[in-house]
Amino acid sequence: MMENSTIAAIATPPGQGGIAVVRLSGPDSYRVAEQVFRPADSRKRVADAKGYTALYGQFADGEELFDDGVALFYRAPRSYTGEDVVELSCHGGSAVARRLVEACLAAGAVPAGPGEYTRRAMLNGKMSLTQAEAVMDLISAGGRQGAALANAAKEGALARKIAAQQEVLTALQAHLTAWVDFPEEDVPALETDALRQSLEQVKAGLEELIQNYDAAAVLREGIDCAIVGRPNAGKSTLLNLLAGFDRAIVTPIAGTTRDVVEQAVQLGEIRLNLFDTAGLRETDDPVEAEGVRRSWAKLAEAGLVLAVFDGSSPLAKEDLDLAKRCAGCRAIALVNKEDLPVQFDTGAIAPYFAMVIPVCCKEEGAKKVIAEAVARLLGTARIDPHAASLSGQRQLSAALRARDGVQGALDAVDTGFGLDAVSVCVDDALEALYELTGENASEAVIDQVFETFCVGK
Amino acid sequence: MNHLGDYDVIVIGAGHAGIEAAHAAAMLGAKTAVFTMSLDAVGNMPCNPSIGGTAKGTLVREVDAMGGLMGLAADATALQSRMLNRGKGPAVHALRVQTDRKKYNAWMKHALELTPGLAIHQAEVVEIQVEDGHVKGVITQLHGEYGARCVVIATGTNLGGKIFVGDAWYASGPDGMHASNALTDSLRAAGLPLRRFKTGTPARVHRRSIDFDKLERQPGDPEETLQPFSFLTTAPVKNLVDCYIAYTNPTTHKIILDNIQRSPLYGGMIEGVGPRYCPSIEDKVVRFAGKDRHPIFVEPCGENTEEMYLQGASSSLPEDVQNAFYHSIVGFEHLEIIRPAYAIEYDCVDPTSLEPTLESRHVRGLYGAGQFNGTSGYEEAAAQGLLAGINAARNALGKEQLVLPRQTSYLGTLVDDLVTKGVMDPYRMMTSRSEYRLTLRQDNADTRLTPIGREYGLVSDERWARYQHTSQVLEAERARLHATHVKTAPLQEAMTAAGLTPAQQGGLADELLRRPEISYSLLAGVIGWGEGVTPMLAERIETEIKYAGYIARQDRMIRDMARREKTLIPDGFVYDGLTGLTLEAREKLNKIRPRSLGQAGRIPGVSPSDLAQLSIALAAAQKKEASHD
Repeated sequence: MMENSTIAAIATPPGQGGIAVVRLSGPDSYRVAEQVFRPADSRKRVADAKGYTALYGQFADGEELFDDGVALFYRAPRSYTGEDVVELSCHGGSAVARRLVEACLAAGAVPAGPGEYTRRAMLNGKMSLTQAEAVMDLISAGGRQGAALANAAKEGALARKIAAQQEVLTALQAHLTAWVDFPEEDVPALETDALRQSLEQVKAGLEELIQNYDAAAVLREGIDCAIVGRPNAGKSTLLNLLAGFDRAIVTPIAGTTRDVVEQAVQLGEIRLNLFDTAGLRETDDPVEAEGVRRSWAKLAEAGLVLAVFDGSSPLAKEDLDLAKRCAGCRAIALVNKEDLPVQFDTGAIAPYFAMVIPVCCKEEGAKKVIAEAVARLLGTARIDPHAASLSGQRQLSAALRARDGVQGALDAVDTGFGLDAVSVCVDDALEALYELTGENASEAVIDQVFETFCVGK
Repeated sequence: MNHLGDYDVIVIGAGHAGIEAAHAAAMLGAKTAVFTMSLDAVGNMPCNPSIGGTAKGTLVREVDAMGGLMGLAADATALQSRMLNRGKGPAVHALRVQTDRKKYNAWMKHALELTPGLAIHQAEVVEIQVEDGHVKGVITQLHGEYGARCVVIATGTNLGGKIFVGDAWYASGPDGMHASNALTDSLRAAGLPLRRFKTGTPARVHRRSIDFDKLERQPGDPEETLQPFSFLTTAPVKNLVDCYIAYTNPTTHKIILDNIQRSPLYGGMIEGVGPRYCPSIEDKVVRFAGKDRHPIFVEPCGENTEEMYLQGASSSLPEDVQNAFYHSIVGFEHLEIIRPAYAIEYDCVDPTSLEPTLESRHVRGLYGAGQFNGTSGYEEAAAQGLLAGINAARNALGKEQLVLPRQTSYLGTLVDDLVTKGVMDPYRMMTSRSEYRLTLRQDNADTRLTPIGREYGLVSDERWARYQHTSQVLEAERARLHATHVKTAPLQEAMTAAGLTPAQQGGLADELLRRPEISYSLLAGVIGWGEGVTPMLAERIETEIKYAGYIARQDRMIRDMARREKTLIPDGFVYDGLTGLTLEAREKLNKIRPRSLGQAGRIPGVSPSDLAQLSIALAAAQKKEASHD
């Protein structure tokens, strides 16, 4: 299905960079390019450019030439989207690229919607749905590992992992089917223990995928992180350490920071969306009390909590209250002011945290120590970027549905329901898994029945 | 050519499919004629002398619920009855009876004779007449010409039939019926895509030659538990005979393997594709070399015959090899073969050329049913015959066609599988083929289908009254269980008496019934049996309540699917413009011509990404249409 519009958008990620690429796709790509790009060699014409060739030249907005760069040409269907495509590489900096896009729009292109290139590629049969989803993730992947994960999905590690679960479940269902549909043949009865073992095995495989997805999602999407602590424990110093410049106001007067301050920082391979929070203490000041309330709320919803304690003063009641609130969160205790004599009772708060780490937030080296602790806690450190990984919501929801089905089957076994109930749950799980690979679960099961069991009159 | 009459519907064949088709068409008010090559072979059972079994038993109940004949005939001629799969869960309970095949034939022949508006002709149809892509009538071998608005083909293994025993072969239908060859040419000339399938059957042997003392006896279920197939049958079912089990052994297998080249299946003489679920004994021995024995079920063919059927030992080996391997089996040392085992090859149609109404897309007004459509089994045939008969009659009478969605019935599932997925080998119904098997149970076929049968005019007043009564009893009992509080003390007492760990406390009856260990009869001991609740209905209520959670799981799937089923694909939708579809998907969609997005999704080779694009294209087409309005 060819789309009749020609779309234009900046194809490179936002932010500073050496070059930026504006991509045109659609039947009028060459006509639009002709208006915004003047080849340096005046004998060359954009309209005559062959696929997979490049021209050097200048970019024009109306009559005004504003930058120079390269145009790369693709002819349908041999392009990413399967349509005529022209990629215009201009100098980096969003102002130049944005001006180029505006010039393209003025020349008749329309702005591309989110994922529009990939959608067109899929519609034109250039990629499958699974591939398209992996590409969408590839595009949005931030760090190095994020990109490797997206690639692994494309290369089929996921397909292999899913196939392994399919295989166990298909064999199980084939056995159930043979046993049910051919009651008079000597198909061995399915032992409850063996049944439970197969189901547990698949459940574990699926859960690994789901947990990896969560960890991989942290790599792709970053994680919300609350910074909490008693006033003047060093929260803002920590924020500044992580952010690399003075983001929050740091003063020695307790209760300076009143707002939840938002800041995205890259900590190793993980993007933390930081929330510095107003100091947590009893107060009569209504403005500060509101800040305190928000701090607690933030704590409950954050994906990661960094709790800062002042190591140079004795354990206060507020410290212990805070520690107790952290129980059940993914929380790391940072015992600050390591450089000063230790007064703090670390043992009292340790039970409420996954990790307790002595640091000095004023020192640059603390950042690496914190980064390692965070990676360890979130499980991103142990992600093998080449291992199977679910990419995108569709795959995750299929995996969740499959796990749900397997769990339902286990429950049916445990509560003494008939194997018909078990097999219906297994069906559900199989459907979800086969949907991911686009095959038909019921045919696969039936094929297996006749391959494995000698049944029939 | 002698023009001898005109009919709304002509049915070719009076096997299990043809019987239901002819009966249904006539009952719907169409002027109907059924043609059979021999009235002595109406409802013949050339294979097992039994009706029902897993999934098949549910099909029989469905045919019965809609007003068909098979259930009544099976009840009337039953020799032994068993409910298979008891203990494996109510969704897979399967009723099967051994039948007296001669009595069955007589019962069915009489039932057709008693059907008002149905003409019966013993004649071979040798040609179908087609004009402008629409069927016009048939011609018999006696040069008789009959006009017809619609024709149902239910030719079984007679169409192009060819029997093989060792290196001998001859054109024939089963049990000495002659093969119908001319009709094949006529159907091919009309453009129907025909193919060859194969099936086989074991030897029939003399009862006196079997040493029953050496075999395992297989009696029927206890008489007090026996249920009839038909929702109409009131007479009690009785066990009149026993069946027996024998086993092959390594000597048997060696004899077969030593002579395997003499089997036409392995010698390459047979081109037809055989059913996977009905392997010949040669297949079993070759493919499952690790198994040192295979069971053989010894079943009587009737009360007034000494013929016994050897289920599980079909073969196409030469007679001398058959004698040798049968004689190697314990209990069969002196076996006298009356009819040797044989393989039979026949012509059938590629069912993907049919609509979900079972009408051919190549010749309008022409319907197929049974083995002609690529299935196997009496029950599968009867179910399709019923649907084909209904639709042929309604087509002839100018009424809308009936399509049964998958989630309504095994019948709907069967037809959808046939026309959507096609078949690689003869299709047998299995419980695993239905994703809705918890709700498509044999005990509730009436609730699922009797109202449809009534609406279409197949369900008699008597059956309708029976159904309404059942519905009322069920409804009242559900309400009573939901309103009755069971006291703790008597409940604990009853549970203790039944050898169960007593529940902590009482509660609403229907909630207690949810527990796996508490049965209806246990509860009834405390609160009394419901008014009009038979043991069968009690079991049904218990299943509904116990499985409510799992049924809800299926209902969610049914709803999801119903949404996709509702996205219709317009007639003549052009797939060639959708360059995003894989080549395979485009070819398949062009061939199957699915009616809905749901059906498209079930076609093998159509992937979720194909489906996504198709759904976008359908949405776009709809938008375009809306903007033109």
